[in-house]
Amino acid sequence: MKYKSSTHPVLGKIIAINGSVIKVEGFRDQSVGDMVNVSTKLNLIGEIIKIVNKIAVIQCYEDTSGLKLNATVENYRYPLSMELGPGMLTMIYDGIQRPLEKIAEISGDFIARGLRVPAIDRRKIWEFHPAVNPGDYVSEGDIVGTVQELSLTHNIMVPPGISGKIVSINSGDMRVEDFAYSIEKRDKTIEKFSLLTRWPIRKARPYKKRFIPSKPLITGARVFDLLFPVAQGGVVAVPGGFGTGKTVVQHSLAKFADADVIVYIGCGERGNEMADLLNSFPSLEDPKNHRPLMDRTIMIANTSNMPVSAREASIFAGITMAEYWRDMGKNVLLLADSTSRWAEALRELSGRLEEMPTEGGYPAYLATRLSNFYERAGFVQVLGKGNRFGSITIVGSVSPPGGDFSEPVTTNTKRFVKAFWALDARLAYARHYPAVNWTDSYSLYDNLEEYWEENIEKGWQDARKTVNSILSKADQLESVAKLIGTENLPPDQQLTLLMATVIKDGYLIQNSFNQNDMYSSPLKTMRLALLFLKFYHKCEKLIKIGVPIFRFKEMKCLNALRRARLDFHSNEVEKMTQLGNEMDDEFSNLEKQYRS
Amino acid sequence: MSISYANISSIMDPLVYMKPLPNHNIKNGSVVKIKTKDGEIRTGQVLTVSKDVVVIQVVEGSFGLTLGTTQVTFLDEVFKVGVSREMMGRRFNGIGEPIDGGEPILPEVLLDINGEPMNPVTRDYPRDVIQTGISSFDTLNTLVRGQKLPIFSGQGLPHNRLVAQIVNNAKVRTNEPFVTIFCGIGLLAEQALYFQQKFEERGSTKVISFINLASDPTIERLLIPKVALTTAEFLAFQHDMHVLVVLSDITNYAEALREISNVKGEIPARKGFPGYMYSDFASIYERAGRIKGKKGSITQIPVISMPNDDITHPIPDLTGYITEGQIVLSRDYHQQGLFPPIYPLSSLSRLMKDAIGKENTREDHADLSSQLYACYSKALEIRELESIIGTESLSEIDKQYLTFANLFEQNFINQGDSERPFEKTFNLAWKLLSIMDRSELIRVKREFIEKYYVENVDINSIY
Ligand SMILES: Nc1ncnc2c1ncn2[C@@H]1O[C@H](COP(=O)(O)OP(=O)(O)OP(=O)(O)O)[C@@H](O)[C@H]1O
Ligand SMILES: [Mg+2]
Repeated sequence: MKYKSSTHPVLGKIIAINGSVIKVEGFRDQSVGDMVNVSTKLNLIGEIIKIVNKIAVIQCYEDTSGLKLNATVENYRYPLSMELGPGMLTMIYDGIQRPLEKIAEISGDFIARGLRVPAIDRRKIWEFHPAVNPGDYVSEGDIVGTVQELSLTHNIMVPPGISGKIVSINSGDMRVEDFAYSIEKRDKTIEKFSLLTRWPIRKARPYKKRFIPSKPLITGARVFDLLFPVAQGGVVAVPGGFGTGKTVVQHSLAKFADADVIVYIGCGERGNEMADLLNSFPSLEDPKNHRPLMDRTIMIANTSNMPVSAREASIFAGITMAEYWRDMGKNVLLLADSTSRWAEALRELSGRLEEMPTEGGYPAYLATRLSNFYERAGFVQVLGKGNRFGSITIVGSVSPPGGDFSEPVTTNTKRFVKAFWALDARLAYARHYPAVNWTDSYSLYDNLEEYWEENIEKGWQDARKTVNSILSKADQLESVAKLIGTENLPPDQQLTLLMATVIKDGYLIQNSFNQNDMYSSPLKTMRLALLFLKFYHKCEKLIKIGVPIFRFKEMKCLNALRRARLDFHSNEVEKMTQLGNEMDDEFSNLEKQYRS
Repeated sequence: MSISYANISSIMDPLVYMKPLPNHNIKNGSVVKIKTKDGEIRTGQVLTVSKDVVVIQVVEGSFGLTLGTTQVTFLDEVFKVGVSREMMGRRFNGIGEPIDGGEPILPEVLLDINGEPMNPVTRDYPRDVIQTGISSFDTLNTLVRGQKLPIFSGQGLPHNRLVAQIVNNAKVRTNEPFVTIFCGIGLLAEQALYFQQKFEERGSTKVISFINLASDPTIERLLIPKVALTTAEFLAFQHDMHVLVVLSDITNYAEALREISNVKGEIPARKGFPGYMYSDFASIYERAGRIKGKKGSITQIPVISMPNDDITHPIPDLTGYITEGQIVLSRDYHQQGLFPPIYPLSSLSRLMKDAIGKENTREDHADLSSQLYACYSKALEIRELESIIGTESLSEIDKQYLTFANLFEQNFINQGDSERPFEKTFNLAWKLLSIMDRSELIRVKREFIEKYYVENVDINSIY
């Protein structure tokens, strides 16, 4: 273990092994949260999760088969922590921050047990630019210097809880463990720091003040940006049965969402999906600034066949890294696919601990743990001098058994999130992707109007309202239409049904595998919505002078409108203006025919 | 170093409990040999161990074991299976012993049946196809090398016939070595005979069978997929073969899992199945895949018979959450006499999008598949409409759709036991689409319509 050399461990021996849970007797000194080395032969990583009558109950982050009774366990009296510093971007970690590329170099195509590899490369050289001078007073969160990490400025911050006077500060090339600066603290002791710090994963990193998020996080998906928006610093759940499109949503957010840093957690899901992501990323660039997408990404891949206890830790590992970037004043988006697999890991461990289960076999602390995680999102003023702000947005998928949203993980998650993107198996079967159910989904971020209207395009709020009302009216009308036939409805109702159909397949549906459609810039999202509304309002007008519905259905511009999402790339909005003009012409011709 | 005991304290089939000696460092997961008082030797495995009690699961079951006289010997090693390229064409039981009357296998290596998780960064994204020779697989739900694509079936549906057809016809068209591993889990004796016959008809030397019968021990059902997949990994990643593993039937596996969990006194999650069933399934299914820089691949087709045709039942549900799509059999089709009764609208191969096209199958494949799907699903709506308003009120175009749907079901879906290579299937699909006006084919690029649309197609020529 990385702390091995510096301290002497406390020793204990194994008295019970049950799957990933082991019991250890004999530690002189121990606390819950301590990281331990299980068996001096196998060197498995474990964490003390409980102490019962002096016996440590440990969850082991690696497979315990072959582990022996009475084997020695070493406790280094240090909590399970993340390494934080330059060199995390582009990395792919397992659930306890072991770099998988490095592991592959050591153990080949399959992951062997007992490997200890530092999360952050020790040999890489960074150019440190100090921002303070000896004699300056600094306190927690203050920026003492910066390092250029790919295209982001990586702030080196005074760790939480530390303040005092800068004694000396280095500059220029250094490795992460080299001396960077030292601080003389209040008690006159001098502490030395490097670029590398650590933080225990189960403890939220402190900030100055929390604010209500008010700026949208642009997702690049029309249905979310228009109908169910999320704010920077917000929390979203994406529930849906298997194959409803959760992972595709998560992957497209990872590619196109407007954030400085993305932390993607593949939590108990498929290996091939991680391969897909890793495979497609190098060829993609950030739509905003054309940097390689990988440069803003940290990935955690703890697939379903990797140890479940590391799956439980992966969520907290991810949020700790996200907080570190937030503390530099960045907007971080954390994607977790799937939180249900995390909850199941919790359930499995709880079962092995023989705890009393509650609903669905989940432990009673399920809700508490969920809130521990989701509450670490937010829009905050970060520690340190200056008015600096950062945010963490969380989008977590939920995989309810049988697609039934009344199960414990979905219902408990609902308590902590403010936007709910409900994916619907019926829509998915009909290949309506993203299969977002417009009735069950919601967003409580109702203060984003100002930003949209002022910074992107006027009419956002109005478009939302109109689209929403068309969809909900159409839902009501559909059952009537089935009984008496659509033709027998009054013209305005027929128009509502027509509009609902074209909005669904021309606007809400968004094909993630089509070059033009996979990303919709906020401007495309708005202009396209306005075109649909324009068509709608023009039809409304002409209905009044007796133009029958079938004439609208035959219009050339309607066909073009339905195909517009596929035909026009986000950087071709002028073509949409042209389509709008053609629409004007076609409608005025039609109007002339009926006026005369 | 092995240590023997004769102090079994409880027996709860298939588990036995005993107290370890104070200084015995029993290995978790290690193998034990159990000698009954009649001299019979059984195999067991340490499930959990503590200084007070060690729990052992006995592969052959604990029936007939006694408290005082049964001798238990701890071998200090974990479960391993011997594998070899000579296994080709042979038949084995759940712990890898030959059951076809042939010579024992001389193992090339001994491997831990649990394997190790594939490192996600060394996985290669699957993008080559397997031809099953079945139209509704190949065109609409293409099977990709390294994919896990289950068949969701139900009691009384002909999934065995379908499986036999796949095993006999599946191939990679690149002249690379290809082998099928058939893993029968809890098969009825007659089913096992059926498969054996079918495979022999084709003289299949390229099939390795692992067979656990319904009458064989329950624990063996839990081991057999692991043994089969360990063999698959050996052939795929040490000997560059493309391996297709058919697991039939996972429902029997899951029931064995539930049975053992119940004996262990674990708290169940849904329908009595253990809470860790998802992870347990994943430890099987995730062994499919490809590895960067290696030529071989492991593809899995698990068969699931859904209790009461209920797709939300934990077994298909958890499977669907791990696999990359699903092939759903339709009872309706079956009753209409269509074979194979693969229902296209609820089936999906999630990996086909990146694996098909010019290089691997044909340039028009993606468009063709999406057009067939769209037309058929529209045709079904029209059929429903027809039943309300009558045929007379339908438009000409609507009627084309109905003709399309009928011929699609009768000829495309209902292909029987014949084998159709990709081109044959694609050409058939184009004839079917050509029943409709060109303007209806909006999912296909214009150039493909020019190239493949059949003018004035004769519906009698479609078969
Ligand atoms: N926006 C989209 N555009 C095109 N196809 C999509 C889209 N969303 C989903 N799909 C299709 O649906 C399939 C399943 O989607 P996805 O893998 O995201 O499901 P999921 O909800 O994550 O399922 P699971 O819970 O099993 O992981 C995809 O492989 C793809 O074929
Ligand atoms: Mg998914």
